Amino acid sequence: MAASLQSVNPTLSRNLSSPNNSSSVAPFRSPFLRFDSTSVSRGFKPLVSFRNASSSAFVTRSAAEPQERKTFHGLCYVVGDNIDTDQIIPAEFLTLVPSNPDEYEKLGSHALVGLPAAYKERFVQPGEMKTKYSIIIGGENFGCGSSREHAPVCLGAAGAKAVVAQSYARIFFRNSVATGEIYPLDSEVRVCDECKTGDVATIELREGDSILINHTTGKEYKLKAIGDAGPVIDAGGIFAYARKAGMIPSAAA
Amino acid sequence: MASSVISSSPFVCKSSSSSKKDLGFSSFTKSSQISIHRCQKKSISRKIVSVMAPQKDRSPGTTGSVKTGMTMTEKILARAAEKSLVVPGDNIWVNVDVLMTHDVCGPGAFGIFKREFGEKAKVWDPEKIVVIPDHYIFTADKRANRNVDIMREHCKEQNIKYFYDITDLGNFKANPDYKGVCHVALAQEGHCRPGEVLLGTDSHTCTAGAFGQFATGIGNTDAGFVLGTGKILLKVPPTMRFILDGEMPSYLQSKDLILQIIGEISVAGATYKTMEFSGTCIENLSMEERMTLCNMVVEAGGKNGVIPPDATTLNYVENRTSVPFEPVYSDGNASFVADYRFDVSKLEPVVAKPHSPDNRALARECKDVKIDRVYIGSCTGGKTEDFMAAAKLFHAAGKKVKVPTFLVPATQKVWMDVYALPVPGSGGKTCAQIFEEAGCDTPASPSCGACLGGPADTYARLNEPQVCVSTTNRNFPGRMGHKEGQIYLASPYTAAASALTGHVTDPREFLQ
Repeated sequence: MAASLQSVNPTLSRNLSSPNNSSSVAPFRSPFLRFDSTSVSRGFKPLVSFRNASSSAFVTRSAAEPQERKTFHGLCYVVGDNIDTDQIIPAEFLTLVPSNPDEYEKLGSHALVGLPAAYKERFVQPGEMKTKYSIIIGGENFGCGSSREHAPVCLGAAGAKAVVAQSYARIFFRNSVATGEIYPLDSEVRVCDECKTGDVATIELREGDSILINHTTGKEYKLKAIGDAGPVIDAGGIFAYARKAGMIPSAAA
Repeated sequence: MASSVISSSPFVCKSSSSSKKDLGFSSFTKSSQISIHRCQKKSISRKIVSVMAPQKDRSPGTTGSVKTGMTMTEKILARAAEKSLVVPGDNIWVNVDVLMTHDVCGPGAFGIFKREFGEKAKVWDPEKIVVIPDHYIFTADKRANRNVDIMREHCKEQNIKYFYDITDLGNFKANPDYKGVCHVALAQEGHCRPGEVLLGTDSHTCTAGAFGQFATGIGNTDAGFVLGTGKILLKVPPTMRFILDGEMPSYLQSKDLILQIIGEISVAGATYKTMEFSGTCIENLSMEERMTLCNMVVEAGGKNGVIPPDATTLNYVENRTSVPFEPVYSDGNASFVADYRFDVSKLEPVVAKPHSPDNRALARECKDVKIDRVYIGSCTGGKTEDFMAAAKLFHAAGKKVKVPTFLVPATQKVWMDVYALPVPGSGGKTCAQIFEEAGCDTPASPSCGACLGGPADTYARLNEPQVCVSTTNRNFPGRMGHKEGQIYLASPYTAAASALTGHVTDPREFLQ
């Protein structure tokens, strides 16, 4: 193992602490198998939030944790199709560096400020830093446009927990999974047509059968299984996943 | 049967020689030796991802070698993952040849790199990272300026070989290292090579696919990961094939081709897929025109765009780099998830109307749309040939523009070409001279400029709800600044023609 890691990056070998738990990967799904949507992850662990996690959090996370049910509850904010990254976070705010805690918060205050004036109810009220909406409901191709990671980051920084959209653009989806900032979920129907901003909703993620419940309308919607992103989300983001797979050592002390 | 050292292989395979053009199969013993050294746990490294029923009662010799054809993208990724075969849907760890970042995403990517690998960690290979400040350069915005300074610190500390720095913001020419727009600079500086894997913290990294490589955009977190390991987890995309045949009309450019295609398949038509372009028309395109084509693949949702390398490619690349490379090509029996054919001789200049790159319309059908300004620039439409084309049209028309016409060369080199190269058919005039005679604004300092709006003081930013014809790549609400701004995406010819009339105009008005 050490030899293979050294070939990846010689400087990393200096940071090797005790071997991580990757030997106990029995329930861990091999990344090299193709996933079909029926054989997907057994449950969802909380996404790692880079805001709070210190590196040691990755070491303690192991594949043997009990599979949890995950729930999000709160108000919905409904948008349409093709919400691109310029609407999510206009380019003028990209001078803010997401890995800087102060600027991270500022990014959140600007979340979805690029939406046209037709959206009378704003995602973050002027003057506020956080949103009152935990769940964003979108249409097709949510997050299209730029690869800027500031997009999922600002949504998470603002306080949103999950997006339920009909479909996603790939870079936004990937960035959401990699950062753990916001949970990207696929609906099977056009939920955005049946929900209104301000509706109270709950999302329940469970094995093979996740749902969105709109308490205001009383309707329930099935959500698609998370698919290939499951193992990365389960592990807690790309770094934790890579540590589990033995690609990189456990974090530097 | 396959070697007993490797369990669970359903494949019966004969080793076949791997030629330059054809990866073929290598025997599993060989591939497993490589894979064991590559950070794969022994218990996983031999999982096979393709499935075929084992051939019982027949020895390998009688079945012959079973060859599954792969597309260019599949081959590039297979080789980068040190596998003999991949199929779409496979999640694989891929070795990265070049990682590019710029002033907007670089600080965040390095921030994550340090947080995850340690304050004292070193990047995986300081010669494979290219840092190109280009987005928010010529601005008084303190945070933007600070971000360039941050990148300078990181590059110094990590000994990064390629950092195209700028310190004197008042005079771009005083900065010998500064290049400008990252995707154009990558090509001009020889960082784009056939067969390689190039990642960048920018969605238009797909531009480099014009060189027959796998190139795609990633976020800060993925980039932070690559900085430390030189690897990335990728899902192999299926390939959509676009065959463009026929002779390109004199008034048509590759911007028209890609707008035509995006209008055909929509902004999500290629999501998670590769767009592979080939055909006689493609073969006759210059490298810069091929770059324009691949540049907007992301506007169709595409993961990457790719064009088979040929003499044009090799000629461009070999003049700019001495790093060895090995091109790959799609197999004859590769599988494509979609096939489109276009006869380009039948196509007409098109625009993308507000507010979506797939809102396609014929330029001539928009001739009643009054415009307020024209913008020629960006990685999509700010290269040397783009300015040459605009200048050629202005010269043919012999008139002055009716609206403010902003010109932002993508890189220092493009800027110099605009001022130095003679425009064919103009009697030796340079683009700059022709632009001046036509009444355009003076060509500005090279950068991404107003393509994405930017800080409030960005040159040519749309600060009012105006109508702009632009050679850039996106026209979603607020893209160039003002939320109610209306952006018509167009080719350089169409942009120049529109500047002359003050309305959206088909370039045939002046070119025939």
